[in-house]
Amino acid sequence: MTAEVLETPVVVAQANAPPHPLLQFWSDFKANFGAVAGLVVIVVLVLLALFADFVAPHSPILINNTAFLKPPFWQQGGSTAYPLGTDAIGRDILSRLIHGARLSLLIGIAVVTLSVVAGTILGLVAGFFRGLIEIAIMRLMDITLTLPSLLLAIVIVAILGPGLMNAMLAVAIVLLPHYVRIARAAVISEVSKDYVTAAKVAGAGRLRLMFREVLPNCAAPLIVQATLGISTAILDAAALGFLGLGAQPPLPEWGTMLADAREFVLRAWWVVTLPGLAILVTVLAFNLLGDGLRDALDPKLKR
Amino acid sequence: MLRFVFTRLSLVVPTFIGITLLVFVLIRLIPGDPIETMAGERGIDPARHAQLRKDYGFDQPVLVQYGLYLSRLVHGDLGRSIVTHEPVISEFGTLFPATIELSVCAILFALGLGLPAGIIAAVRRNSIFDHGVMGISLTGYSMPIFWWGLLLILLFSVQLGWTPVSGRIAVQYYIEPVTGFLLIDALLAGDFGAFRSALSHLVLPMIVLGTVPLAVIARMTRSAMLEVLGEDYIRTARAKGLPRSRVIAIHALRNALIPVVTVIGLQVGVLFTGAILTETIFSWPGVGKWLIEGINRRDYPVLQGGTLLIGAIVMIVNLLVDVAYGLINPRIRYTR
Repeated sequence: MTAEVLETPVVVAQANAPPHPLLQFWSDFKANFGAVAGLVVIVVLVLLALFADFVAPHSPILINNTAFLKPPFWQQGGSTAYPLGTDAIGRDILSRLIHGARLSLLIGIAVVTLSVVAGTILGLVAGFFRGLIEIAIMRLMDITLTLPSLLLAIVIVAILGPGLMNAMLAVAIVLLPHYVRIARAAVISEVSKDYVTAAKVAGAGRLRLMFREVLPNCAAPLIVQATLGISTAILDAAALGFLGLGAQPPLPEWGTMLADAREFVLRAWWVVTLPGLAILVTVLAFNLLGDGLRDALDPKLKR
Repeated sequence: MLRFVFTRLSLVVPTFIGITLLVFVLIRLIPGDPIETMAGERGIDPARHAQLRKDYGFDQPVLVQYGLYLSRLVHGDLGRSIVTHEPVISEFGTLFPATIELSVCAILFALGLGLPAGIIAAVRRNSIFDHGVMGISLTGYSMPIFWWGLLLILLFSVQLGWTPVSGRIAVQYYIEPVTGFLLIDALLAGDFGAFRSALSHLVLPMIVLGTVPLAVIARMTRSAMLEVLGEDYIRTARAKGLPRSRVIAIHALRNALIPVVTVIGLQVGVLFTGAILTETIFSWPGVGKWLIEGINRRDYPVLQGGTLLIGAIVMIVNLLVDVAYGLINPRIRYTR
């Protein structure tokens, strides 16, 4: 479906040239206020994550025995030494949030990379070889999709043991079926097209057909789903952290911070509200970006 | 139609067998000896250990073990909880109504707000209302609901003192379970104090669990309505001189509801995921909280049985949605 859009400019380049596809994409994307806002937030988060060691005023795991549950600076009893206050064992919340951005982005990107790579390969294989292999792969994906995502992730973590790595692996497995399905559907619709037949006639091998010819033309839906997948990955990993099955203390993962903060909901609002707000803003930014990418990359959905 | 139902059913059976296999294999993968896990910290003497291995069939080849597991399953035996020694299936049966009551109320809440919001947003496309609804629903869709629950507790329970923090009903009320749904049972017993107590306990978890479905329903209704409103027959209906409200309510909405109904059916899995978190936050005595406790106590039969039952329920609901979809929309029936 995207193939035609990408190819038309080449054919009619001499007569009244339409803008380059990338330029066209950028002007569509730019017009979407939400998507640009999402992109800006993500850039800020990435910068914070990269330079966390310089930006954060304290170490995220440094315990200060004289400053338990200090409120943010604008409240009575707060100080600018701890701008967003401290948690129950005297760690600086702002520093933990900044270092948490590093963890959450890492989780989102690592999980989605793993899931997209494995899912695309499985989907390509299923779409190309059909028959028994396809049935086996797609049935397995159906089963994975039938179980509620968090439940499946919990079962996997229960087997592997709690921890950040295992939680990431569990979320990657849960996300897998989406990419397999998209890749397979795209392959099936592409394979019958003329350019694939031409490549076949020219003597291209199976691997070349799969990765050099077909894959680039299935990229748009995969990119969109990957962006939206990052937000799901961050959300699910935080949920596992909240349930005590993900990142373990003292790691400053936002979900884990919330789990620690639960018992202080009655006396220290800042330990409960701030990590959740960080999760919400990050997830929302990726969802806005994903929606914007979909509108810009998929002309069928343009309204 | 019958053929359509049978085709769907024939797809469900292998999926269900697949789920049993998956659950069986996953639980086998847990490191450590299951008998020692059951014995716990106290340890166990070798003779008793060997006896128990034989009793549970752990000395048999894996395939035979799977066969034994399936045959027990067919007889409704999902094993017993290591902690309470109650059969897993009866524990599930006692707790499940609480989860259904919460989930049904959450879906009704989501529908009650999401449908009108989506319709109005589509009709007044690009208005402030439309942008507002879309913004709020994307925020709701991005919401970490475990945090949302804590926020609502902070505001309504702690600051305002309007709602209780946790549980299903205040301790002074005892309602004989008839249907298992406290709201209905309280009304049946004619105890309005208990009804009010149950309702006040339900409100916050209902909002929390309903948030993601609300966002999905609002977005889906809007886009389905926009699609239908652009159809020729809508213009024809308007050209005939029918009032706008009638065209929207009768002509457009009925067709727009088809994809929305499917989406609601597909929310079952999302609801279970949400129920696990919501029930944990509000100490709601349902199957989600039970599963999390099962994990924390390393109660593997509970985890295994619970996962299987929830998988089966999601599958059945999806099947029913599929069949209902075929009933509403004959085009689907014949093209497959």
